[in-house]
Amino acid sequence: MIDITTATPNAATITPKRRFKWNVALDHLVLIVGSLFMILPVLLAFTTASHDAVTIHREGLQLKMGDQLGVNFQKAMFEKGGFTDTVDGMRMLTNSFILGIGFAVGKIIIGMMAAYAIVYFRLRFASFAFWIIFTTLLLPLEVRILPSYEVIQGLGLTNTYTGLIVPLIASATATFFFRQFFRSVPEELVEASRIDGAGPVKFFIDILVPLSRTMIAAMFIIMFVFGWNQYLWPTLITTEESFFTLVRGIKQIVISYTDAQIPEHGQALALAFVAIVPPVLVVIFFQSWFVKGLTESDK
Amino acid sequence: MAKVTLDGIRKVYPNGFEAVKPSSFDIPDGEFVVLVGPSGCGKSTLLRMIAGLEDISEGALSIGDRVVNDVDPADRNIAMVFQNYALYPHMTVAKNMGYGLKNRGVSKAEIERKVAEAAEMLDLSALLDRRPSQLSGGQRQRVAMGRAIVRNPDLFLFDEPLSNLDAKLRNQMRIEIRALQRRLGVTAIYVTHDQVEAMTMADRIIVLNGGVIEQIGTPTEIYENPASTFVAGFMGAPPMNLLKAKVNGAGTAEVTEGLSFPAPAGASGDVLVGIRPEDLEIAEDGDMQMEVKIVEELGANRLLHGDLGGQEFSVSVPKQQEVTEGQIALRIKSGEPHVFDANSGRRL
Repeated sequence: MIDITTATPNAATITPKRRFKWNVALDHLVLIVGSLFMILPVLLAFTTASHDAVTIHREGLQLKMGDQLGVNFQKAMFEKGGFTDTVDGMRMLTNSFILGIGFAVGKIIIGMMAAYAIVYFRLRFASFAFWIIFTTLLLPLEVRILPSYEVIQGLGLTNTYTGLIVPLIASATATFFFRQFFRSVPEELVEASRIDGAGPVKFFIDILVPLSRTMIAAMFIIMFVFGWNQYLWPTLITTEESFFTLVRGIKQIVISYTDAQIPEHGQALALAFVAIVPPVLVVIFFQSWFVKGLTESDK
Repeated sequence: MAKVTLDGIRKVYPNGFEAVKPSSFDIPDGEFVVLVGPSGCGKSTLLRMIAGLEDISEGALSIGDRVVNDVDPADRNIAMVFQNYALYPHMTVAKNMGYGLKNRGVSKAEIERKVAEAAEMLDLSALLDRRPSQLSGGQRQRVAMGRAIVRNPDLFLFDEPLSNLDAKLRNQMRIEIRALQRRLGVTAIYVTHDQVEAMTMADRIIVLNGGVIEQIGTPTEIYENPASTFVAGFMGAPPMNLLKAKVNGAGTAEVTEGLSFPAPAGASGDVLVGIRPEDLEIAEDGDMQMEVKIVEELGANRLLHGDLGGQEFSVSVPKQQEVTEGQIALRIKSGEPHVFDANSGRRL
């Protein structure tokens, strides 16, 4: 004991040789390389978007900043373009938001209600119904795209937001996640609320929805980004340019000028950059909820 | 406030398991009744049937003068306190307590008044804006009780409400619940597996085993005159000693040669003689020779475990009494030994 107490001041004055930790360095190296791999293309798009079309066409992607950034963004966002000169970047941004939000909110509502029915009500064949819903995961849009198109076309819903959103709304993923979550909600809460005089609708709205907040946030991120990035379905179902989303619009800018002019790569990249921002913001904003929703629940 | 009547209540699950055999009893207005039994004895099922959370397979249940078999739990005017409190995690204490009233269309001012009143009674006034997650176990339990009392129910139902609390808090809450029930004068049914809770809190105890009511009585009756070996073994800590014996020609229950106890008239064949460990004392001239093998120190008293007439036996002695392992002589301090039929387990 005495040895230890006398030795302590010595240890404080002589700084111990810290060994270089190779494994920590390696960890960081991997992380840095990984981050660069993810970030560089975005950065490259941003820097290239600051050059005029001619430069880009002649010299390819640019790492240095040019002087056309403002002009390209301005043109991409506010100048009407496309075949019919009816759609600008702002319009496309709005359309993307309508699709993303409509898609996410719709999926969450449908998924929650389906899961509520399956978990809390003694339905005949409830688990059978659930597995039927679940197997639709094996039938993504691409597989059933022709019949889906037929139906929407038959209903006269092409070139409408309804036609864009509704066919994609039924969601096995959301139903599955909410089902798992509802099953973890203690049975006693249901019983307590029954004694407190809450019927099925009240229980859903007053208890279950607030309890699912984190889960809803997590689902919102996933579904919003998924809806935002939709390409195939909007391409099929909307032909009027006023319904174009950003993801489609990027391509349209490049195509529409190809005949006589140099393609407006700068504007296209500016649009691409704009298209990235909202999903990133959504993820950042909901991030803490997201992790909570998928890992724990405050019950 | 109301009396509760169970008439041949029975519960059979769809898979054919009979959780509660036909049971009948009355609970007079204002009485505190404890349902006690080991886990799986049907006590919770019985309570949940009274609450309306479980369908009644057969029989009639009335609260007050109304048969409520098919009445929704919300309309039975009961309040229930759950084992895990079942508080709504996203609501404040005040909202938790007022939720039932809100659903019944009570005005905001009235809810506030009643919640404040209940909070005052339960010492929760400072916590009304907190969430359940910010409360300790004891406080959560109080909120659950507050939620029950704001509604002025006819009947309180408690489903093992103290089993998640530590021992000290449990003792305290036991007294609080009892005092609160007395003050409000509301009929209460309390389910527990803890015989100490049952003994200390109940006006009357109903002992259940395997879906059958073994005995109904006041705590003293149950302790003094257990109706069966099950009750004798379940109620009281440490449990009653049960010695195998045979009724001989002289009409006494003989455990071994030289060790016999008086048997009631009409007893015959194999019997079990029950003696509570605390009804015995060490005496030089005692006629029961016990071999002490283990001494358990409980503070206020000592528990001696060993062997009497070749069978396991325990004795409780006061802390002043010096004991060592080995041979001691015992004598019955007070009362008569209980004699049970060895086959049916019923008291003779």
